Amino acid sequence: MSLKNQDLEQIAYLARINIDKDKFPSLKKELESILELVAKMDSVNTESVVPMSHPLDLSQPLRKDKVTEKDDRKNLQKNAPSIKAGLFMVPKVIEVED
Amino acid sequence: MTELHKLSIKEKLKGLKDSTFSSQELTESYLKRIKKLDNKINSFITVLEERAVKSAKESDQRYISGSALPLDGIPIAHKDIFCTEGVLTSCGSRMLSNFISPYSSTVVKNFEGSGSVVLGKTNMDEFAMGSSNETSYFGEVKNPWKKDYVPGGSSGGSAACVSAGLASGATGTDTGGSIRQPAALCGLTGIKPTYGRVSRYGMIAFASSLDQGGVLTKSAEDAAYMLKTMSGHDPKDSTSLNVEVPDFVKEIDKEIKGLRVGLPKQFFSMNMPEYVEQSINESLKVFEKLGVKIIDVDLPHIDLSLPIYYVIAPAECSANLSRYDGVKFGYRCEDPKNLEDLYMRTREEGFGTEVKRRILIGTYALSAGYYDAYYLKAQKCRRLVANDFKEAFKSVDLILSPTAPDTSFALGAKTSDPVEMYKQDIFTIPANLAGLPGISVPCGQHQGLPLGLQLVSDNLEESKILRMAHHFQLNTDWHKSWPELD
Repeated sequence: MSLKNQDLEQIAYLARINIDKDKFPSLKKELESILELVAKMDSVNTESVVPMSHPLDLSQPLRKDKVTEKDDRKNLQKNAPSIKAGLFMVPKVIEVED
Repeated sequence: MTELHKLSIKEKLKGLKDSTFSSQELTESYLKRIKKLDNKINSFITVLEERAVKSAKESDQRYISGSALPLDGIPIAHKDIFCTEGVLTSCGSRMLSNFISPYSSTVVKNFEGSGSVVLGKTNMDEFAMGSSNETSYFGEVKNPWKKDYVPGGSSGGSAACVSAGLASGATGTDTGGSIRQPAALCGLTGIKPTYGRVSRYGMIAFASSLDQGGVLTKSAEDAAYMLKTMSGHDPKDSTSLNVEVPDFVKEIDKEIKGLRVGLPKQFFSMNMPEYVEQSINESLKVFEKLGVKIIDVDLPHIDLSLPIYYVIAPAECSANLSRYDGVKFGYRCEDPKNLEDLYMRTREEGFGTEVKRRILIGTYALSAGYYDAYYLKAQKCRRLVANDFKEAFKSVDLILSPTAPDTSFALGAKTSDPVEMYKQDIFTIPANLAGLPGISVPCGQHQGLPLGLQLVSDNLEESKILRMAHHFQLNTDWHKSWPELD
């Protein structure tokens, strides 16, 4: 399994993590060694095996569609990096024409 | 008087009940030890001195008024992955290095409800990703047995603090061995119960189909006390099991004669250091004397465990950790140019190397065109491993192996090779994949460093593994030794 720089750029973008280009060679080596480890799975035929997504094969329990949480905005927003009028602030997302 | 920190939980409860000492005295003796010794091992991220003394005083009041709770006045520590209202809950990460939790996890609440005193929050590998506690933003934790050695991870702070006698016991979490491996490396008893036994509500998520809370203690008996408090159905966690919790403490004394222990051929045909094999063989003799039958078992797909884990865990981690975007809580980068820059740089600067590595692998495994080859394939292989255990439990009650491939290793020895580090969990990962409970028990020492053996049982049979571990400890002394730290 070999990864190209282009693949790394794509993965990093999908994960929304900025990565310095000078870290690419070592990162590439590490990710490839993990993929090599993982490739061992290819040695078994799993065609008729049912995938296991929950260790005890339980299904999702349902509850009544009722509001259980109270409005706790002030408390919850105490950890926010930037707040204005009870809203989370982020850089402007609407593009303005020059 | 004996040193208070060396008493078992049972003895402490008796001492408190008989007014031999108060919870305030007990708590203050621990706080004093933390102040004096923790700078040598770095096991705590936060020490809650005032809060601890306050709740100790409340415990003492309850003893006086005759309304004591099950673990009243027992000083413990929580891994910094369990949200604790009004307290920094960092998960060992820069990303959450400013996060004061607005609520408490069910585990924290269960311990509060049992009267235990929380001494502080313990250090850990960042977001529970690591086997050596070297990935923490708050610095590496050192093994109390040898201070230039690792304590194991990811619950390395919990392991180091209990091992050093800085808490009666500590909570931990185990996704691939993060309770059992550090317990082995620090000479402790560490139990990961059945998936769903302990609520994950407020336990910061890493890989949701594998994560499970548990405890690290000096003995199986101590573990029984703590696990009893911690377990139970929680409607706030949809994967929490709605089943009765046995009285682990009461059941621990039942005899183990006639139980059948399986040795997986696949594990024992691997190259292991002579002293590891020897410690296991001597432990088997102890069990045989107690009337336990030893049988070979076959787990044909077990060697797929590590590859399966390194798809499923990173995939689930990449999804879980997408919430850290610098918007609602946690770290945010300086002067973001635009929203994308805010996301990209916040995550670059807020996460450490190992966490980023796993997010990237997980993102790749889940990306278009690769899902079937990686995630789906891993889920299918996971079923094969779980079936192997199901088959084995038809002929044995428990499966025994070493907990870790070796004793602890020197700080820095494995940091440059991630796959080498991942191999630390080769014996512990299978239980997480199958959801099974597992325990690590001290079973020897080599050059002053502890060794551990692991027992895994079928689902919901924690009582059985605690009982086995307890009887082993009634007949061995490994769990009674303490590192020299003072």
